[in-house]
Amino acid sequence: MSDKALIRARAAELRAFFEKAGAVVAETSLLQPAETLLDLYGEDIRARAYVTSDSLLGEQMLRPDFTVPVVQMHMEHGAEPARYTYSGEVFRRQEEDTRRANEYTQVGYEIFDRDNPAAADAEVFALIQEALSPLDVRVSTGDIGLLKAAVQGLETTERRKAALARHIWRPRRFRSLLDRFAGRVEVPPSREALLAQDEPMQSGVPFIGLRTPAEVSDRIEALREDVGAMPISAGQVELLDALLDVRETLPFALEQLRDIAVDLPAISPAVQSLRDRIEALDKRGVNVDAIEFEGSYGRTNMEYYDGFVFGFYAEGRADLPPLATGGRYDALTRVLGQGNEIPAVGAVIRPEVVLQLEAGA
Amino acid sequence: MTIKLGVPSKGRLMEKTFDWFGERGVSLARTGSDREYAGKVEGVDGVELVLLSAGEIPRELAAGRIHLGVTGTDLVREKLGLWEQQVEVMAELGFGRADLIIAVPQCWVDVDLLDDLDAAAAAFRKEHGFRMRIATKYHRLVRDFLRENGVADYQLVDSQGATEGTIKNMTAEAVADITSTGETLRANHLKILSDGLMLKSQATLFRARRAPLEGNDRKVLETLLETLDL
Repeated sequence: MSDKALIRARAAELRAFFEKAGAVVAETSLLQPAETLLDLYGEDIRARAYVTSDSLLGEQMLRPDFTVPVVQMHMEHGAEPARYTYSGEVFRRQEEDTRRANEYTQVGYEIFDRDNPAAADAEVFALIQEALSPLDVRVSTGDIGLLKAAVQGLETTERRKAALARHIWRPRRFRSLLDRFAGRVEVPPSREALLAQDEPMQSGVPFIGLRTPAEVSDRIEALREDVGAMPISAGQVELLDALLDVRETLPFALEQLRDIAVDLPAISPAVQSLRDRIEALDKRGVNVDAIEFEGSYGRTNMEYYDGFVFGFYAEGRADLPPLATGGRYDALTRVLGQGNEIPAVGAVIRPEVVLQLEAGA
Repeated sequence: MTIKLGVPSKGRLMEKTFDWFGERGVSLARTGSDREYAGKVEGVDGVELVLLSAGEIPRELAAGRIHLGVTGTDLVREKLGLWEQQVEVMAELGFGRADLIIAVPQCWVDVDLLDDLDAAAAAFRKEHGFRMRIATKYHRLVRDFLRENGVADYQLVDSQGATEGTIKNMTAEAVADITSTGETLRANHLKILSDGLMLKSQATLFRARRAPLEGNDRKVLETLLETLDL
């Protein structure tokens, strides 16, 4: 059998496994409207996805993932709760690394369920683990919801919280904002000069473009408020760093997070969710003592995961992409649902990585 | 079997390139009528002059259809992925200097840094319902630069010319373009972000790493580079 045929056969097995677990097969188009994806992911998606176009329909993208079309399909006419599985190719540009595949197969499992998020998280995770079970894998997990809650819990202005929350997925930007809000770096000279002026709007230059004078003066107001605001305390920054630095097996991570929650009570509900998730995983027979939790895991992915996140990696094979990745994406359903939303969690397996590992074993 | 040297086919870039080679004992000249894209090389045997649009020289180098080529660093970096694996810099020629920068309207008195641009983009998206538009023809370079610097909530719109005019025409809010003196920017009421310098570009002689060398080619290439003192 050719490589492609082998991958297809392995993908079919995995999909059948997910069907047996109760999922309905979902089919999506290879060509996806570019606008939705661009609005969701921003320019970064252009660097990752192949864009094509015609003179009638305009720009379209070769399916970079299944999540978006599956969510759209569900939001339009899905019954609740729902479980879907799918198998097919996705396409990603690889302009930085020629060894990475620009076309590969994904087999996925997605749950849309309002009742019990912890159980749904555990179900997806346990199924993926079972599907990969004979292989020597390392698992990493994290929780973007904890980070979001921690940012919301900082004692600072709403604007600063919003700015930090917006950049959770851009660690460098997040850090430089945090340094500034904590008073660890000087206010840039140009900003100081601007705020020293009595009438900064009277610059004498003509107003051009779509961004209005009102928008400019609003931002100056925001900058004034920011300069006058109390710095985020060193203690709070330490708490946030402690959270980001957590790197333990699940039960120990929970202990550490509980300690952090004593001083940062805003994360308590998220810590509670983690506890529920650990219990649900345990109930499903997952050995939670063997699963690592990293406080900063999932921060460099595309920004739709907003809760539980996880990845399965081939032990000792840093050259291989992850065997499987997944997570919770409640906010995505809100964005795509046009007024509707539903908690959702899912994951994908890459069968050709599974095959590579099976062949090497 | 000749060594093919790609040179911009018109304007100052071509003339300056001819001068640069001339000063080093290799005379390049156009032949035929001044509309005909043909040329000759004197001073080294076995070298053929190929006159091309500067924008196409990176692609021709990458494909190995020319062995050497003169074009801007900006174009090579924009058009070639992993450019260092495809071409080698042989010499920076000291002319055709231009900076790739990000510029915004001067009336945006609140925006001087990328940090400001990012914050303004977030507010803009909330206000207008779409991402702030940056007009450019350097899509890859700008996207990489903005990602590196953590700017979000923007979109790139393609502009192949008269880019500075897009803001006034309401088709973009900011521009990313090359500039040498900044005069066009000022004339269009734009200013450069203080930390918005993406790349300093100049005319550069590149060697194609993948161009096939047959028969005498290697010897000819060596002789040419020796003559040029490279």
